[in-house]
Parts: sequence; structure tokens; C-alpha cells
Amino acid sequence: MTAAWINLAYLLSAALFILGLIGMTRPRTAVRGNLMGSIGMLIAIVVTLFEQRVLSYGMIAAGLAVGAGIGGWLAVRVKVEQMPEMVALFNGFGGAASFLVAGAEFSASAFPTLDQSIATSLSGLIGAVTLSGSLVAFGKLAGLNVMNSLKPLPMQNAVNGLVAVGVVALAVFMVLNPQHVALYWLIVLVALALGYFLTISIGGADMPVVIALLNSYSGLAAAATGFVLQNNVLIIAGSLVGASGLILTKVMCDAMNRSLPAVLFGTLGPTGDTKSADEVYTTVKATSAEEVAMLLDVARRVMIVPGYGMAVAQAQHAVRDLMHALMDQGIDVQFGIHPVAGRMPGHMNVLLAEADIPYDLLKEMDETNSAMEQTDVCLVIGANDTVNPDARTNPKSPIAGMPIINVDKAKTCVVIKRSLSPGFAGIPNPLFAAENTLMLFADGKEAVLDILTAVKEG
Amino acid sequence: MPVDFLILSQSETAAAAVDVETLLASITIFVLAIFVGWQIITKIPPTLHTPLMSGSNAISGITVVGALIAAGAGAFTFAKFLGFLALVLAMTNVVGGFFVTHRMLAKFRRRD
Repeated sequence: MTAAWINLAYLLSAALFILGLIGMTRPRTAVRGNLMGSIGMLIAIVVTLFEQRVLSYGMIAAGLAVGAGIGGWLAVRVKVEQMPEMVALFNGFGGAASFLVAGAEFSASAFPTLDQSIATSLSGLIGAVTLSGSLVAFGKLAGLNVMNSLKPLPMQNAVNGLVAVGVVALAVFMVLNPQHVALYWLIVLVALALGYFLTISIGGADMPVVIALLNSYSGLAAAATGFVLQNNVLIIAGSLVGASGLILTKVMCDAMNRSLPAVLFGTLGPTGDTKSADEVYTTVKATSAEEVAMLLDVARRVMIVPGYGMAVAQAQHAVRDLMHALMDQGIDVQFGIHPVAGRMPGHMNVLLAEADIPYDLLKEMDETNSAMEQTDVCLVIGANDTVNPDARTNPKSPIAGMPIINVDKAKTCVVIKRSLSPGFAGIPNPLFAAENTLMLFADGKEAVLDILTAVKEG
Repeated sequence: MPVDFLILSQSETAAAAVDVETLLASITIFVLAIFVGWQIITKIPPTLHTPLMSGSNAISGITVVGALIAAGAGAFTFAKFLGFLALVLAMTNVVGGFFVTHRMLAKFRRRD
């Protein structure tokens, strides 16, 4: 096959990637979109096998089989609850593949041009940051024990700054001395350290931002590798993914009213002006599953607002059963989803969809808030900072200005939570002590099942 | 030249000249693709953000193309070995990524 035919086939692949993403703009066409993307990938792989530089097929067959085997096995085995860490892991593999390819090309070509050297250094830098950053994110999301022993250094931000300057200096040095292949691997090593340092201090509720950002990096690394190989399909696919990750990063940051540097380098926690938990929690009213069932019995509109706690308790199936029981009584049930609820963009939606809850019942924040005043009972399951009215009313709060779901404006708000312990922001939540709030202290799943039993008996 | 002191050895590397036209074409494609991506992806509803991430992640496994070329080299070299490693990782990313995305999206189908 001639180079022209191969490039035409790559163009077809790129077009299929774009059509695939267009398919993703609606749930109804999304499956087909994903299929188109995978066909684009298949075409790209098959025509590359006809490349004149591909001379031996033994290693290729082995590599294709091993990789497809591992990927397929992981994808079949993973539970929906483990999706965030799985996405992080695959993301890291993509970054690693990009810097390995750039490294292979760099060590094979005797005289790289200036632009290829620059692209190679960028691919090594971004790809390596993607790999180590994604592995740290994977460890944190999977709750690996080893992560507990890995702590940020004192003056972590200063260290990060030094390492970042160091790796950029190395990259410049490599571009000026492209005959020294070892410099490339030095860049990769330092960038691996940088990716580790940047993500090790980020936790909990900031995870969605980091995952989205790493997603973007994996695309940019592929695009940089495209410049190294002068291959347009890599450049197009890589920049599509880069743009996608950047948009998600922005959406996540906006949903927390924090800037990207504030997430990456800042700290979030109680300030001097923050009231203590004892001051806030003077009038907390505890309730029982039976009492909640009685409230639901006379309700007409119910809004369920899930948070990361629902994912931890794996309560989504119990929530679905409760939803059906309520709907059978003619009650209008909807779900209010905060954009950063959970540990990755869209986390709650995937969990609820997996439990066969129709996606048209899942409402975005604005729609949820405009329906809140007509809501009789709002059930908050394992959410905390995303429903803290302090963000709206207290300008001195560390989360002031963050858009929240106004669950306090429902007629009655029931909060299912194991204790009054603070969320990621580390601040007390006046919602729990509000006049129209009832606290149901229990594990999310058990509490929902208890309510379900009481509803069915009532 | 002020950067002379950074150059380790001048002798063998009068680096090959940059092919400006090819580079410009590549940069054009890069910038336009980012615009296209931005336009499409801002229209994707939040409910599909997780499948979008895993699906776009699978697309970034396009590096597999470069890995195939490196792993398919005739002689066994360090570059060929790197290509093999890259091929395994990229294929894991591609197959796993498209597959989990399909699993998730299948749950979002409207049930009539």
C-alpha cells in the first residue's frame, strides 16, 4: 500500500473519531458514537500494518494480543464502582505508550530535526507526567493501602516548582544536543517524579479535576508524538482528547468555584473565621427510617441528591428500589446531580444508570435548584460540601461562592449520613442543624433499605 | 551564539533542516482539531462525562500507530523493544477504553 493510501485511511480514521464524539453528544446515539471511534481505531491499526517500515510481524502479533487481552480482561472484570480508578489506569497507559514511542523514534533516528527534537521532549515530559500522575490517582481512587504511607513533602509546592524548572531546563538542553539519547530518558525520569509530586497532595473532592486534567495530558502527549512521527492522525486524535480533557477540567473547576492553580497548589480547609462544629450543630434533629417513610407517604415531589457517600455505600441499587416504590405510589421522583459529586466527572450518573435508573430523571444542578422550592422531601445521600448552604450565604466560608444544590430550600430535607463528620472541605455544614432538616444517621445502603421496608409496610 | 556552552559536541550534529512546510501543515491541523474538539465537546451533556473521558481516553491510544511502526522494525534494537512495550500499553488502553465505555453507554440507552 502506498503512503498516499495509508494517509487517506488515516483521514478516514480521524473523521470517524470526530463523528464518534458527535455521537456522544446525546445518550441515544452515544453507543453508536463509541462504536464509530473504535472502528476508526481498527482502520488505523490495520493500515499501519501495511506501512513499508513495518518489516517483521512477530513482535506486533504478540504485542497486539497481550495488550488486547489485558485491556479486554480488565474491562470485563471491572465493577462500575471501580470505574474511576480504571479510567485513571488506562489513562496512564496511554501516556506511557506515547513517551515510549517518542523515545523509540528518538533513539532510532540519527539526525532528528529541531521540531522533532522539541516534540520528542514534550512527548517525554507530558507522557511521563501522565503516567505517574495517573498511577497516583489510581492508587488513591482504589484506596490502596500503600497510598497512606506516601505523604506530600514539606514545602511540596517549592519542590514542585524546582522539579518543573529542572525538567524544562533538561528539555531545552536535550533539544540543543539531540545526539544524546540518554538526556531523553533523564527527562522522562524527572517528569515521572513531577507527575508523582503534583498528584500526591491532591485528594478527595479535587480528584475529578485531576482526572480530567490527566485525560487532557494523555491526548496532548499523543499529539506531541504525532509531531515526532509527522503523523496527522495522531495529531488530530491527540488534540481532540486534549481539548476534551481541558473542557472537563474547566467544568469541574467552575463547579467548585476554584481556579486550576488553586486546586493544584492550594489547600482547602477551615479558616480562622470558620465556626466550630459545636457552635453549628446545636439543634441537630435525628430521625428514623419510619419517620422518613411517613414523610414520603404524604409527599408529592421527592428529590434525591447523591454524593460520594452513596458510591462508597454502593447504595445505588437500593436507591432504585426506593424510587420504584415511591413512583408506584404516584410520587414524582427526580435526582439532583452536582457536577463534582463523586470522584470523576459524571460519576453519579454512571452509578445511577448502572442501577437502571432512567437518565432523564437525572437533573443538572440548575434544573434541580429551580425545582427545589416545589420539592416536599429532599433525600441527601452521602453528600456534604456540595449541599452546604454556607457556600451561598457566608462570604467568609472557605467554599464561599461554590455553586451548590439548594437542598435547604426543600420543605423537608432528610440527610442520610453516618455521622456529623465534615466533608472534604473540613468545615461544618449548617444544613445539618437547619430547622427543616432531619438527620438519619446510618450507612447509606442500610438506611435506604430501611426506608424502603417502612414505605412498603406503611 | 550565547547558547554555545550548552552544546555538548558540535562535530557530528548539524541537525537536519526543519521542513517548514510540513511543520506548518501539522500545526494547522493541530489547531483546527482543537477547535473542532472544543465545539463538539462543549455540547456533551454532564450525564455522559464519564463515558466521554473513558472513550476519549481510548482515542488517545492512537499512539498504537507509532508503536506498531517501532515494534515492526526489522532488526531487534532498543527501539523495537520500546515499541513492543508501547504496543502492549497502547492496546490495553484502546481495547479496555472502548470496552468499558461501551459497557457504561449501554446503560444509558433509553428503555422504551
